[in-house]
Amino acid sequence: MIETRGLRKSFTSRQGRDKKVVEAVRSVDLDVAEGEIFGFLGPNGAGKTTTLRMLATLIVPDGGTATIAGADLRGDPAQVRRRIGYVAQGGSTWDDSTAREELVLQARLYGVHKKDALARADRVLTAFQLSEYGDRKCKTYSGGQRRRVDIALGIIHEPKVVFLDEPTSGLDPQSRAHMWDEIRRLRDEGMTVFITTHYLDEADALCDRISIMDYGEIVASGTPAELKREISGDVVRVGLPIESVAAAAEILDAAPFVSKLETQDDNVRLYVEEGATAIPLILRALDAASVPLSSIELNRPSLDDVFLTKTGRSLREN
Amino acid sequence: MKLLRDISLIFDRQLKLLLRNPVWILVGVFQPVMYLLLFAPLLKPALQVQTNAEAYEIFVPGLLVLLAIFGGLFQGFGLIAELRAGIIERSRVTPVSRVALLLGRSLRDVVSLISQAIIITLLALLFDLRVYLGYLLLAYLMLALISLMTSAVSYGVALAVKSEDVLAPLMNTVAQPVLLLSGILLPLSFAPRWLQLVADWNPFSWAVNGTRALFRGDLGADAVWQGLLIMAVLAVLAVTWASRLFARSVR
Repeated sequence: MIETRGLRKSFTSRQGRDKKVVEAVRSVDLDVAEGEIFGFLGPNGAGKTTTLRMLATLIVPDGGTATIAGADLRGDPAQVRRRIGYVAQGGSTWDDSTAREELVLQARLYGVHKKDALARADRVLTAFQLSEYGDRKCKTYSGGQRRRVDIALGIIHEPKVVFLDEPTSGLDPQSRAHMWDEIRRLRDEGMTVFITTHYLDEADALCDRISIMDYGEIVASGTPAELKREISGDVVRVGLPIESVAAAAEILDAAPFVSKLETQDDNVRLYVEEGATAIPLILRALDAASVPLSSIELNRPSLDDVFLTKTGRSLREN
Repeated sequence: MKLLRDISLIFDRQLKLLLRNPVWILVGVFQPVMYLLLFAPLLKPALQVQTNAEAYEIFVPGLLVLLAIFGGLFQGFGLIAELRAGIIERSRVTPVSRVALLLGRSLRDVVSLISQAIIITLLALLFDLRVYLGYLLLAYLMLALISLMTSAVSYGVALAVKSEDVLAPLMNTVAQPVLLLSGILLPLSFAPRWLQLVADWNPFSWAVNGTRALFRGDLGADAVWQGLLIMAVLAVLAVTWASRLFARSVR
């Protein structure tokens, strides 16, 4: 449904006389299948939104190719626009308009006739459980309601692909869960959904497949389960007083049962074959060297561990 | 046909939103009425004319051009609010014509300016102003062209700078010399020679002369067709430029 090869974009930022070229996206290859929820996971500034905006025809790529729903992005952007929906992170509703007015206008901008547009607005308001508020001004909506209107606006013309930029950012847990259900419903209706997110749990629970992006590049792709499987064994996180981190890292790095070690501000993460047998050994080693520890926990690898092994940084820190 | 349909969709939305806030119409009429009541009485002695009607014949066309210029130049603020709310981006992912995104908005501005002009003309009739209907309509055409041009310029600049803090001083800086060099408040026939020469380079000064000729009932004056032509050409240029910005603007 979406195929990109070598897609790239750089921006020139000017500070006084200095020109700085920022490579926001460097050579992105993507293959998104029809009817899946595909996620772009990465920290803020990784180039997710820039990629999305290129695919949505809002900015022109510097290079590379992309085909979206059978239309060529650079050769025929007008055709791409007809086949996709795009929902920006910042929202897209006008305070003084009602959801129904916005929906009808949006459908009509896609060439839908007035009668049909009214019927569609009705249908979408019901589907997104907004009927009750449909004729109130957007400024009276809660954050979650507003976000649902945004998504409804993005799919009113029944696109094949919909791009959602950080669809749940800033929502409370309940609205988030609700939004996940809406997104799954879109997929179940046959739409291909492409989201960006910096939430690990969202990428893990919602997305069928993900690509992890960092500094404008894709560093890993696959289903969340596949990616986590690449990291064999368990992850033991040892919390330490900051001044002891270096000492602990030195001791544990030398231990034969530790296959990989990452240090962070106040903890070290150890990748080990078997957590249950490793923990007593860790405690003994630290105790022998009189290094105090503040906590110890055993985890199955998470997407954060995937991100950490690929980039050397934790996504949680962002 | 798609273009006309797109223009009318955008126009309808913008007009509906404008009418939802009728306070703007009151504000838009209040200031010019203050000029009519508090400034115009000074004109009869100042212009050394015999009657109030003559003074209004000179002052009202200038006032209307003033409204068209200023009303247009400050429309960009609304667009920046729309940019911020994501409305423009939402429109730009649809197949809607980029020219329509501009013209739908600018034509709304033209309609609101002409309604303002009609109210002011009617009030001026109470002060003994007399003008032929046909000539008045031509004068409104001039105002429409001015307002189309200035609002397109303002939208273009708004898309380019994307910030109220830049737009406000920029528009004020443009508007002030334009105002002083157009003979809007007092005719430039009072001006020294050098000032008249400078004013000849101000297109709005031609528009003011043309509009005054129409209010005077002098359809044959060269100023009429010259003013209309200059404003039409500038309006086309401004619309073309601003539409291009709608097509490629980022965020």
